[in-house]
Amino acid sequence: MDITGRKLFVRALQEEGVDTLFAYPGGMINELTDELYKADSIRVVLGRHEQGVVHEAEGYSRETGRTGVVLVTSGPGATNTITAIADAHYDSIPLVVFTGQVPQNLIGNDAFQEVDIVGMTHSVVKYGVTVRNRDDLGRIIKMAFFIASTGRPGPVLIDIPKDIQIQSGSSEYPDTVDIRGYKPISGVHIGQLKKAYKLLSQAERPMILAGGGINIGHANEALTEFVHKMGLPVVTTIMGRGAIPTDDPYFIGNLGLHGSFASNKAVSECDVLFSIGTRFNDRITGDLNEFAPHAKIIHVDIDTSSISRNVVVDVPVVSDAITALVKMMEWAKPLKIQSWIEEINNLKSEYPLEMKKKKETLCPETIIDGINTCFKEATVVTDVGQHQMWTSQFLAMRKGTKLITSGGLGTMGFGLPAAIGAKIADPDRCVICITGDGGMQMNMQEMATAVTNNAAVIICIFNNQYLGMVRQQQQLFYGKRYEITCLRRRTGCSPDCKGPSDACPPYVPDYVKWADSYGVSAVRVESEEAIIPTFEQAEKVTKAKKIPFLIEFMISSDELVLPMVKNGSPISDMIL
Amino acid sequence: MDRNVTDRWIALYVENEVGVLAMVSGLFSGKSYNLRSLTVGTTERDDISRMTIEVESDDITFEQIKKQLNTMVEVIKVIDLTEVKMHMNEIMYAVIPGIDTEKKSEVFRIAQVFHLKPIDIDEHTVMLLSSLAPDKNDDLVKLLKRTFHRIEITRGGAVAVESLNNK
Repeated sequence: MDITGRKLFVRALQEEGVDTLFAYPGGMINELTDELYKADSIRVVLGRHEQGVVHEAEGYSRETGRTGVVLVTSGPGATNTITAIADAHYDSIPLVVFTGQVPQNLIGNDAFQEVDIVGMTHSVVKYGVTVRNRDDLGRIIKMAFFIASTGRPGPVLIDIPKDIQIQSGSSEYPDTVDIRGYKPISGVHIGQLKKAYKLLSQAERPMILAGGGINIGHANEALTEFVHKMGLPVVTTIMGRGAIPTDDPYFIGNLGLHGSFASNKAVSECDVLFSIGTRFNDRITGDLNEFAPHAKIIHVDIDTSSISRNVVVDVPVVSDAITALVKMMEWAKPLKIQSWIEEINNLKSEYPLEMKKKKETLCPETIIDGINTCFKEATVVTDVGQHQMWTSQFLAMRKGTKLITSGGLGTMGFGLPAAIGAKIADPDRCVICITGDGGMQMNMQEMATAVTNNAAVIICIFNNQYLGMVRQQQQLFYGKRYEITCLRRRTGCSPDCKGPSDACPPYVPDYVKWADSYGVSAVRVESEEAIIPTFEQAEKVTKAKKIPFLIEFMISSDELVLPMVKNGSPISDMIL
Repeated sequence: MDRNVTDRWIALYVENEVGVLAMVSGLFSGKSYNLRSLTVGTTERDDISRMTIEVESDDITFEQIKKQLNTMVEVIKVIDLTEVKMHMNEIMYAVIPGIDTEKKSEVFRIAQVFHLKPIDIDEHTVMLLSSLAPDKNDDLVKLLKRTFHRIEITRGGAVAVESLNNK
């Protein structure tokens, strides 16, 4: 029996096991949302802006490992998703984004709310297509879920014109799909992996570099076991934070522009760098000519196009992280590298990772330590900026901790909605959003989504009254010319301002009053003693009231993220 | 490191669908690959098109280009023609206007040597059709520019196919 496109759409979501759909309505998806009204098995979460909606789906996906699903309308609804789709693309988050489209007879007419969203997004999706025949609808949706979640995961965009939604056609939704241009990699080339293992096992100064692929591929335990079996030191990227627990004796620290002294030095001096699930982004490598200059590089990655892209690799291995690690475990034997380990430990104690505490102001490290103390199991979601770097440096990653952050694209405004998505996915889990006062304002409308969906997130705003990451660059490299980074600055301020004084205008908004307007409790914390009790209060209130709790931590404007490597310098050349 | 920047050739089988040409060419512009020529036409199957692509790149970039093309769902097969024996031709029209009888004979002499087809003519103008290899067409254009006051060139881009006797 034939059914309409809108019926098949909902049926397809049900067949794919979609339990939550993040959506924002509009004229070109009225047919689809009307059909969803009848489908009780799918929870439809209404966001407040399409960018937030997609970040929520990203948070949902990161929390569950499942594909995040989004439905928005045509035109501005579609264009508003692009930043968040690009974010998912860089950080390998599986999403299926459905956009409504004007009827096909109007496409090309500059019809009301018509945009070529497939054309606009093709460089930031894994696959994108407009459904042009009703009979293709089922196959295309099946393709979308398959492509998004396999291989290196990523976003897929399916644009559905209104006439396709109404038109009748086959009711069939295929069980499988065969795509001649897309064959995700399974298994691993054993010969190549043996070559990699041999190189690693003969190393005198080996180092493991673990990226986000470990977390995405759920290879954390396999990596930890492998590392212990061979006795190998490990550094991680930001996305790879938690690849092994941060209190593990073999964990050295983060690598890169804000990596630890020991990590950056050790990678610069190692003789074999075994990297797995990383893209060698420029934030990791610094000056490419000086990156791991003495090392043979092994690179294990599921994505062939990530291999030998940024750094020249000696032994490439195309494989899922867990497949490669489980296989290598069979061969693993302890290495005799005691002097190398001691050398690294000396580097660690020479410049340990810690912030200098000032007497009169709150130290970001102390706040994050408070989280480490109060929350044994939690998902921590950050925004982008200084607070993100501090979190990546000081958040203790244990078995029960998860860190969700925007790594590749560095999308300010990611934090709050992604945290909401994670909390919606897993309401019983403690979800903490760490954000800056800049990033918070980029998607603060999503507070309403949190309140109306019982997404009881603990929101921690690190308020330094500046756009701190750029301010830091201005402070160190641009003669303290704080152009457009002061969030207190108003018309009438001195054109030559070199930093805050008592004469500065008040900060807007008042976050405590703002939260109150949503019925959300909020506390401003200005002393160290208040940190732990406030976290305890936040935990209690979020559990009881099922709505968010906001904490505004007032921190000093001139706190810096250190160590740091100046853009374009070698990673061993650090400002400490 | 020897960058080895040179011309390279790719044959690409793609889905014959709306927007695929834009996606392939968009990949080149978006990632700053130096696209020299791109031609496309259907194959014996209606649902598959074949492209011939010329790029100028070094070894590392060329590897990356092939990998990036392979990641596209719409791309069915990437064939590196750089080290392969192939036939390659390009349709090119050359119009030589404003010439007298003496110059016309010159045009015909050149046509004879280069195996070009004079396909149109009026009192002062001759039109030639060339289907030489692109580098030969380059030479021809240079010669015509040197020889005549004014020329108009319309080039179609190269189409390449593997030789039958590739080992």
